[in-house]
Amino acid sequence: MKTLMLGNEAAARGLYEAGCAFVSSYPGTPSTEITEFAAQYPEIYAEWAPNEKVAMEAAFGAALAGKRSFCGMKHVGLNVAADPLFTIAYTGVNAGMVIAVADDAGMHSSQNEQDSRHYAKAAKLPMLEPSDSAEALAFSKLAYQLSEEFDTPVLLKMCTRVAHSQSVVEPGARQEPVPKPYEKNGAKYIMMPGNAKRRHPVVEERLQKLAQWAETAEINRLEPGSSQKMGIITSSTSYQYVKEACGDTYPVLKLGMVWPLPEKKILEFAKSVSLLVVVEELDGFIEDHCRNLGLAVTGKSNFPAIGELSQNMVAEQLAEVRCAGVKLDAELPPRPPVMCAGCPHRGLFYTLAKNKLTVMGDIGCYTLGAAAPLGAIDTTICMGASISSLHGFNKAGGGQGEGKTVAVIGDSTFMHSGVTGLVNAAYNGSNSTVIILDNSITGMTGHQQNPTTGYNLKGDPCTKIDLESLCRAVGIRRVRVVDPYDLAACSQAVQEELAAAEPSVIISRRPCALLKYVQRPGPIAADADKCAGCKACMKIGCPAISMTDGRVRIDSTLCTGCGVCGQLCKFGALSGGKEA
Amino acid sequence: METKNIMIVGVGGQGTLLASKLLGRMLLSRGYDVKVSEVHGMSQRGGSVVTYVRCGEKVRSPIIDKGQADVLLSFELLEAARWTEYLKPGGKVITNTQQINPMPVITGAAAYPQNLEESIRGLGIDLDAFDALALAEEAGSSKAVNIVLMGRISRQFDFSEAEWLEAIEQSVPPKFLELNKKAFALGRNA
Repeated sequence: MKTLMLGNEAAARGLYEAGCAFVSSYPGTPSTEITEFAAQYPEIYAEWAPNEKVAMEAAFGAALAGKRSFCGMKHVGLNVAADPLFTIAYTGVNAGMVIAVADDAGMHSSQNEQDSRHYAKAAKLPMLEPSDSAEALAFSKLAYQLSEEFDTPVLLKMCTRVAHSQSVVEPGARQEPVPKPYEKNGAKYIMMPGNAKRRHPVVEERLQKLAQWAETAEINRLEPGSSQKMGIITSSTSYQYVKEACGDTYPVLKLGMVWPLPEKKILEFAKSVSLLVVVEELDGFIEDHCRNLGLAVTGKSNFPAIGELSQNMVAEQLAEVRCAGVKLDAELPPRPPVMCAGCPHRGLFYTLAKNKLTVMGDIGCYTLGAAAPLGAIDTTICMGASISSLHGFNKAGGGQGEGKTVAVIGDSTFMHSGVTGLVNAAYNGSNSTVIILDNSITGMTGHQQNPTTGYNLKGDPCTKIDLESLCRAVGIRRVRVVDPYDLAACSQAVQEELAAAEPSVIISRRPCALLKYVQRPGPIAADADKCAGCKACMKIGCPAISMTDGRVRIDSTLCTGCGVCGQLCKFGALSGGKEA
Repeated sequence: METKNIMIVGVGGQGTLLASKLLGRMLLSRGYDVKVSEVHGMSQRGGSVVTYVRCGEKVRSPIIDKGQADVLLSFELLEAARWTEYLKPGGKVITNTQQINPMPVITGAAAYPQNLEESIRGLGIDLDAFDALALAEEAGSSKAVNIVLMGRISRQFDFSEAEWLEAIEQSVPPKFLELNKKAFALGRNA
């Protein structure tokens, strides 16, 4: 039956239908829902791994054991998992293994917009790229066939508009694959130099065979047009923009596999048209390859390598049609994302800002601590970078570092790649103060469990990593816990730990205010008569607090009663909520 | 049928996603090809959010571009003003008149613009502005704003009220069904 599915849900459906039995991933927008939907099928074992490298290695192990396996991640997650990726390319698989990577052109929820197709080329692996949900389902099934036929992991490349758009799919039945018991084969699976030297030629040969397959593959299809004035090579969501803007006017070579590329098909296509155009998001990946084939081609000279494309961009460039609406001629205030009312991070960031500290930030909801009025964060690079860069800053920074600088990192990010940075701070002895913002969930990606929450992906109770013990075990002697709703305690903890002549960890512990089990004391009562209009409560950037006619007002539909604002009011105008 | 484009905008947390899902499902059940684009991740945290719903015989792009929306359904007044550029000539804006201050307004760095309804009408746009929050509260919960707005936009389609109510039945938990039915009716008929 026809149904609407998110691209990620459809990819998960494809895994299910292909008989996938093992899924291990780390959440990352826009890839997260593939794994969440896969976990809903009882036939699939699914888990959140601490990071993408672990997930990919686990998926490799499962494939080796003879089960079709999967791991999914966002583009920057593939950087973390690049190490196993390049060598699993050498070993190949046993049962099929599929790796989804979701790019985020336009950076809706990312720190960069790298183009993951380069990984397929660099690791010499096949990459499929669906353009809607129906293809996400079909391609994830096809990926397993290719994986087993060519003995290779297969990359499935998603992007925000495919991953997070719903379109029509027709789900099918699950087919259990033929079991593939593990057979010992050191020459294939032990990648030490002697063996790896013999595997590299296999990788090159395999790529040749895949390139031949690509020449006749149905997913690399030629769609005829009424005019040969121009021919367009495209894939993914860009294909949809081309069809939207140009209809069936120009012939289109629609690529479902973006590596390796079907060179003969491209050359023939180029011959049949007067002008060859490549429409692709981010880098000129296909375009460059066309140029390597000696073709005259237009691409990035007309389309940006920055941000997303759209049907209007294609229409303006290729159909010479301008589309525009009417814009209000007024300065409208922007509406940036903000920390939620009741967010436990707020009190901690207020403390850091008030103490005028340099703050090495990390990846998560708490990156929003950088926004006005808190403005509490100095750097954000990648998962785990807060602790490692704090160590370097303190070691090299002299008086500007130690005693004035801290790292902030969430519980999930700490487990992802913060622990190794903390080991370094302990081992190489910097007086670094690390603050773990433990909100008992992976927040930004939409509430996923992690090793510190005590629950697994399926929602079952499981081993809960004890952060205090872990920090002590890596050599940190000063470990303390504070309640971020208690501003005095936060300030005292930060000041004492910064003054100590050794590395330390402060665990700022409060569950995310959006978690269903969190008790809310009820909204704060604002007393306009007592309010002096000093705006001290406005310094925490809470969306529930505003000033009307110079007096404080609380939005009772948003306020959770965390009580942080009340601690800032010297006039007793904000009462109720949590007792600090 | 020519593709119909509905752009749903609002503030992260207002329930725009549920509205787009409900609308998408409804349109699919009536035999249209449908695409719905959502936003996840950081922008959902109280930021300006946009979802696209497109339906027709064959829908290609999952997004709606500038000058293409038939209807701009806004959950908040400033957001309606922000996205008028996406409306096609002759398109319609349906907006909740509720005002939610963005952080720059809360901190005093900017002011919430005045007379936005007049400004939007001044562009020659057909504007239907009404207090959906008050109707949601009348139905029993401020959280039903999205269903009130569904009721309002339902007037733009040739489906019967019964068909819409059936779609709502399939999308909301049974214990909130009566409330949502009331919210829908208030939005549609008020």
